[in-house]
Amino acid sequence: MLDSKTPEGPLADKWTKYKDHIQLVNPANKRSIDVIIVGTGLAGSSAAASLAEMGYNVKAFCFQDSPRRAHSIAAQGGINAAKNYQNDGDSVHRLFYDTIKGGDYRSREANVHRLAEVSTNIIDQCVAQGVPFAREYGGLLDNRSFGGVQVSRTFYAKGQTGQQLLLGAYSALSRQISKGKVTMYTRHEMMDVVVVDGKCRGIIAKNLVSGELERHSAHAVVLATGGYGNVFYLSTNAMGSNVSAAWKAHKKGAHMANPCFTQIHPTCIPVSGEHQSKLTLMSESLRNDGRIWVPAKKEDAEAIRKGAKKASDISEADRDYYLERRYPAFGNLVPRDVASRAAKERCDAGFGVNETGEAVFLDYASAIERYGNTEANIRGLKSQSQAEITALGKEMVKAKYGNLFDMYKQIAADDPYEMPMKIYPAVHYTMGGLWVDYNLMTAVPGLYAAGEANFSDHGANRLGASALMQGLADGYFVLPYTIGDYLSKDIRTGKISPDSPEFKTAEAEVQSRMDRLINNNGTKPVDYFHRRLGRIMWDECGMSRNEEGLKRAIQAIRSLREEFWKDVRVPGAINSFNPELDKAGRVADFLEQAELMCLDALERRESCGGHFREEYQTAEGEALRDDDHFAFVSAWEFTGDPGEAKLIKEDLVFENIELKQRSYK
Amino acid sequence: MNLTLKVWRQNGPDDKGHMETHPIEGVSPDMSFLEMIDMLNDQIIRAGGDPIAFDHDCREGICGMCSMFINGEAHGPGRGVTTCQLHMRSFKDGDTIAIEPWRASAFPVIKDLTVDRSAFDRIIQAGGYVSVNTSGNTIDANAILVPKVQADEAFSSATCIGCGACVASCKNASAMLFVSAKVSQFALLPQGQPERESRVLRMVEQMDKEGFGNCTNTGACEVECPKGIDLSNIARMNRDFLKSSAKSEN
Amino acid sequence: MSNSGILRSSLAKKYAMALTGLFLCLFLVGHLVGNLQLFKLGEDGQMAFNEYAQFMTTFPLVKLLSYLTYAAVLFHMADGIVLSLQNRKARPVGYHVEKGSANAGWSSRNMGILGTIILVFLVSHMQTFWYQMHFGDIPMIDGMKDLHTVVLDFFNPAKNNLAGVAVAGYVLAQVALGFHLVHGFQSGFQSMGLSHPKYTPIIERAGLAFSFVVPLLFASIPVYLFINQL
Repeated sequence: MLDSKTPEGPLADKWTKYKDHIQLVNPANKRSIDVIIVGTGLAGSSAAASLAEMGYNVKAFCFQDSPRRAHSIAAQGGINAAKNYQNDGDSVHRLFYDTIKGGDYRSREANVHRLAEVSTNIIDQCVAQGVPFAREYGGLLDNRSFGGVQVSRTFYAKGQTGQQLLLGAYSALSRQISKGKVTMYTRHEMMDVVVVDGKCRGIIAKNLVSGELERHSAHAVVLATGGYGNVFYLSTNAMGSNVSAAWKAHKKGAHMANPCFTQIHPTCIPVSGEHQSKLTLMSESLRNDGRIWVPAKKEDAEAIRKGAKKASDISEADRDYYLERRYPAFGNLVPRDVASRAAKERCDAGFGVNETGEAVFLDYASAIERYGNTEANIRGLKSQSQAEITALGKEMVKAKYGNLFDMYKQIAADDPYEMPMKIYPAVHYTMGGLWVDYNLMTAVPGLYAAGEANFSDHGANRLGASALMQGLADGYFVLPYTIGDYLSKDIRTGKISPDSPEFKTAEAEVQSRMDRLINNNGTKPVDYFHRRLGRIMWDECGMSRNEEGLKRAIQAIRSLREEFWKDVRVPGAINSFNPELDKAGRVADFLEQAELMCLDALERRESCGGHFREEYQTAEGEALRDDDHFAFVSAWEFTGDPGEAKLIKEDLVFENIELKQRSYK
Repeated sequence: MNLTLKVWRQNGPDDKGHMETHPIEGVSPDMSFLEMIDMLNDQIIRAGGDPIAFDHDCREGICGMCSMFINGEAHGPGRGVTTCQLHMRSFKDGDTIAIEPWRASAFPVIKDLTVDRSAFDRIIQAGGYVSVNTSGNTIDANAILVPKVQADEAFSSATCIGCGACVASCKNASAMLFVSAKVSQFALLPQGQPERESRVLRMVEQMDKEGFGNCTNTGACEVECPKGIDLSNIARMNRDFLKSSAKSEN
Repeated sequence: MSNSGILRSSLAKKYAMALTGLFLCLFLVGHLVGNLQLFKLGEDGQMAFNEYAQFMTTFPLVKLLSYLTYAAVLFHMADGIVLSLQNRKARPVGYHVEKGSANAGWSSRNMGILGTIILVFLVSHMQTFWYQMHFGDIPMIDGMKDLHTVVLDFFNPAKNNLAGVAVAGYVLAQVALGFHLVHGFQSGFQSMGLSHPKYTPIIERAGLAFSFVVPLLFASIPVYLFINQL
């Protein structure tokens, strides 16, 4: 049984009381304490900036050419905060409640409540930093609403909220770099964590330009290295996003928690062919006005797939608006996991609408007409022709969603103003990650995990606009306190030597693995294996899973891993700029972690959130949770083989919330 | 589609570099430009060669990492798109495509099409921030009103992705558009006012130190900018720099 | 704070370029107005032009302005050379394929060449008239140097074998000036930070008109004189 170290006391007072009673480090001592931050996304940049401001010596690492490139930059929709500026009944408690419920009751109450508490500070902080959030004409901040909630609490900057927030954190980080409080290592990848006497004391990093290995010591290490969605090869993640840092930590004693909890986002542009390298998300906001459908008749779907019919040839009566049919209460705005599964169900049944049969329509025709009529009324235009109304409607839709429509047109070469968009679910986010306690510390003392890299706040399904909130909460407002409490016991330790045997051994291990990869002399490029792994994971451990398939997947992954090490070809040399070698190392780790994901999915014999086990569903095909047997966090301990990982449970105790079956009907 | 690619190969900053010709067959018009390069690299690796090194990450036009100079233009012939958003349907069967790295002394080549753009980071470090600590104990976010028009304009300037296409396409390799976008974002917001004068002076000074060329207002940068950052940002910076220099005490 | 100081900054060079350039635009107007008197023929014209020439070379305020103009020309030129050298250094390895026409006007990309043509013209033009007026041996008429005759003779095919070449050279130089102004005029405002969604388009249109009309009128003078004396 794992101890989450959650403070005692009433839920709403836990964080305040905790802060009042932690040990502090005085300013002079902070100057002699080193902290390493790996990753410079929202969580990493904000943590690095905050800890440096407090006085610690920070070393920050990112594999990209600049900290500003981290994939947080790509988040579109917005960031939630319980500001209640709209006076629509929002509160810290409601945000807490929505997040727990949205996560299908698989997250830790105290962590989520703390997240909701600090959410308001995030907005204040970002505005003070010059983040240009959207505003109303009166000059106040604007809000919009997102799926799964009944209030408007999402702050946004057009469709580029992640970019603006990351640039804010990056500027705070840059300020500390200029002061010399943060030493920034760009184009550096963490290759391993180093544990000395049971405590994490540094990392082995690789300078990706020169190919040289470096030892970096510190009193504490924070991993803010993002999620592992790229285990599916195709995802909305950046090409470089990887599991390696987390996986290395796992192999050094940190637990992987709920690795099977993956978020599949319902509205992405479908795969167009074998060449595809990544998938592009179309913002959730599109579901506000768009209607999702497939043909009601199979022959129509077949005709569309063959190009014999177009969407406009299908009459209203022959269309199946399946979300509106199945979930009349929430309609097209059901949560992401529900919408994704419903699309898959229709496509599997043979109603898909593109060549691959894996796409549904997202239709704006009725929205265009509705907006057109409204606008005609506003302008006082009477007796407009249908064409004029449509033109007006298109104008309105363009003002609202223009950039998204342009993006679709660019990629799909199809005009969404004329034809419905084709969309399909795609891997987007991983709720699972390194197990952390209330302090965000992993099972290895002194090793922390923040942002998407940890498992803590989103349970089995993340709500829209909550990832940005969590990343910044962890980095700006949680870690600076919790890490200080830990470091207060380290003030007499003095500088950590990077020349201890532990560092040397770790470096030698990294070196030998790179030697093995480069000297493998196989015949197939890294991507060949990554693609195949992705296919296995998507088919067997994607939107729906079953025992047989997962067992099959585990076997397939094991043999693929063997094949990889026999037949992969990594060109070039070790001591040089060699992106293929870097990629090979990451895929090798995915090949191990994928097996653990399947194992976790196999062992969780219930359906919850993004984890849908076909064996466990209601008569109507909805997810069937089993709170009696599975209201726990699955934390996996590495034992030498990913398939033999040991399951340790952290029971989830709900004292402030009543567990209910989610219903969106 | 069958194409002939002429790709810049350079083994390191000190290597002289040369153009290398690669025919490529069976390119799908639905591929992105980078997926086409992936395909080429796959061929090169299987044939035992050294794949082409290029920067890329998000592949959705927002991280600013991809950076190819294609047929004489930064990010190729498309407008408002990065290299990763450029699709092969923009080309014709039989085309010859020249692919080069960003070229500027401030952006030294690391390998092939990969360049070092850390000069941009150092310019931001020189003053591209508001000096508030991240304590969260600031004033309420709604305490200062910001007119919508001004907030929207600041946002437009802030959408710069730092890809460097402005430098690459400027015949003088000037970084004015990049620097002025950040200067403008803060100049337009109340939160940026306290440091407005020192910021522009410090950032321009750093820009000059990095060895970028001088702006001669050709406007190439705004045409090639994938995010549509426009020249009015540069004018604003010119104005602010003049005013700040005049008021500065040294 | 600003250790580099405004003068050493790249922006200072921009300001200098803009200010000298815009000042020279004013000079062009003044010079043009005076020289349009050459369209007046006969003794009246001769008298008026010579009076104007004398006034321009002797009146103290005009002298001061002329020194300012020389300084502006020299500064504009030196600044241009420094800029070009620095810009070349900023991109030591050029592109194999560069499609400048895709994103910038021809003028803006060729200001150095255009400026050089104008400079060559300026040297020759000053040698022909300015030098003659100041240091040459010019016949006197009515107590004034008869620059009018010098000008007319220069473009007279009967008196100058190369008059045709001279006219062609003058026209070419004015074309170069026109293109130089197409970019330079509005660019000067942009450099000084004068940009505004409402007014900038007006400046741009005025700049285009200026770069067409002024060189056209300048060029028409030698053409007129040449044809008139055929």
